[in-house]
Amino acid sequence: MSAPVGYEAVLRDLAERDDRIVVLTAENRAAIRNLPQTLGERFVDVGICEQTMIGMAAGLALRGRIPVVHALATFLTLRALEFIRTDVGVAHLPVKLVGGVPGFLSEANGPTHQAIDDISVMRTIPGMQIFCPADDRELAAGLPAVIASPSPCYLRYNARPSTLAHEPFALGRAERQWEGTDVTLLAAGFVVPLAVEACARLRELGISARMLNLRTIVPLDEEAVVEAARETSLLVTIEDHLLVGGLYQTITEVIVRRRLSVHVAPIGLDARWFKPARLADVLEHERFTPAALAERVRAALASKPPDSTSPFGAIGTNPIRPRALSRSEDHV
Amino acid sequence: MNASFVELEAQARRVRAHAIRMATNGGCFLGASLSCADLLVYLYDRVLRVSPDRLDDPDRDTLFLSKGHDVPALYGTLAERAYFPVERLGHHLSLDDHLYWHPNRNIPGVEFHSGSLGHLLSVGMGIATDAKLRRSQARVFVVVGDGELNEGSMWEAALVASARCLDNLVMVVDRNGFQANVATEDLVPLEPLGDKLRAFGFAVVDADGHDFGALATAFAELPRATGRPTAVVARTVRNKGLSSIENRADRWFVDLTSAEVEMLLAELEGASAATLTSPTLVVR
Repeated sequence: MSAPVGYEAVLRDLAERDDRIVVLTAENRAAIRNLPQTLGERFVDVGICEQTMIGMAAGLALRGRIPVVHALATFLTLRALEFIRTDVGVAHLPVKLVGGVPGFLSEANGPTHQAIDDISVMRTIPGMQIFCPADDRELAAGLPAVIASPSPCYLRYNARPSTLAHEPFALGRAERQWEGTDVTLLAAGFVVPLAVEACARLRELGISARMLNLRTIVPLDEEAVVEAARETSLLVTIEDHLLVGGLYQTITEVIVRRRLSVHVAPIGLDARWFKPARLADVLEHERFTPAALAERVRAALASKPPDSTSPFGAIGTNPIRPRALSRSEDHV
Repeated sequence: MNASFVELEAQARRVRAHAIRMATNGGCFLGASLSCADLLVYLYDRVLRVSPDRLDDPDRDTLFLSKGHDVPALYGTLAERAYFPVERLGHHLSLDDHLYWHPNRNIPGVEFHSGSLGHLLSVGMGIATDAKLRRSQARVFVVVGDGELNEGSMWEAALVASARCLDNLVMVVDRNGFQANVATEDLVPLEPLGDKLRAFGFAVVDADGHDFGALATAFAELPRATGRPTAVVARTVRNKGLSSIENRADRWFVDLTSAEVEMLLAELEGASAATLTSPTLVVR
């Protein structure tokens, strides 16, 4: 029998073989539309009640179940945050939190739906794992490990069709999507294929870029980051997330803690929500297309001070100037 | 009947004495502890199918304290029922134990932590859902505060409990009439509470929360209605048993001198009403 393909099929397969798995949703069925028929009573739709869903998931987990809960990422991680922290986090229960349309994937929904702070808040919960699949194949490959883990996990749902070949999945294990020596691009989730494509463009510009797909932010593959910091003179973090608490700060924490000397440039959302539109237009406007990313990395490399200017390098220097906050443009 | 009401009353008096002894050297939320003491003693003695040797049995009944700050009454009840030695209560607030102001699972018999209001009705619904999935007869009792019913999450959970037909779920409202600083009806009125809960799909029963006979009637038949969660609105009195501080808005959390503890213990045993001089401590 061939392995199941796609999130729903993998989840169904896992649930059919393990009756501890209970699938819950706060009336968000986009990813699990066909599961009620096969799971019967183990499919629980609570309605638009994210807090109650998390409380129930905690109770189910207390009795040995593995709840896999679904809601839009921003309502899951913010509306129900205190329930996640207090009921799931404090007791370290193996509840799997699946957040839909995170980051740019909320497209034209507007700021109410923009989960661009989800990684930041989930990182504050001790023991919470964070998995950001780059595409449908990585999502399917990572799901069994996420469910088998005794820890709670936030899964930043992304089932975009894969264009990449992946190394075998393991929690806390980054994969190299592109080899290079001048600069390392670090990303996780939806932006990974964009960053990979940017590497191809950088090569055309004569720049040798490495691309690290981190896959899980927690646990983080620190050694892969350390290796990149030692072997390339610039790290560029790329995230469809606020710079606060996301990948940029996760990486700079490692750089500081490990006393490494390397320039780190962030590409992300600097203290603002993004302009809602169709996804392709969002990427264009926010300069996240592969061509725009390549140009931004090239500019960061060009503006990077020479490594000899400081005995420690310019740690934390931000060669990409933050945009000035303009209330009319950036605030609703 | 495994104990007469007289014996239950003696047990409840010992639980109250334990709570009063915890109300010093750092203090505790005495008001709510004394309002729910009779409820907890009755439930553990007469209703719950649980015992210290069944704490891993998935078919045991589960009791949650949702408001949590009434935990001295639970500590006392569990100690009286040999979940852990009574001497351990002397470790209240000590670094060398886990008996702090809110419940946690390091204490044998405590099923889940709480303290943040509005959480354990939904957590209890998870336990109830698991029991339904296993065709278990296990039931879940969630003791909630009336002030706690200000929280929207309680009403959200109530909607869903009803929608999910969780008739193995019993919400017990410790209706002592107070929230932290004021009477509930003076801040966010709850009445008619029974009607509200009925409208949310609960089978509702009203009882005097300090009358074991009334509690016997209230809990005699569960579920009260097939396919519906039950709510027992237990009318209680803040600081019940100590007329000197009963129904006092300013005696919610108390931190007493050891002399005051002795006065209140004497009052509990029938001596004249104590006069407290410890300052009122408002925590929120």
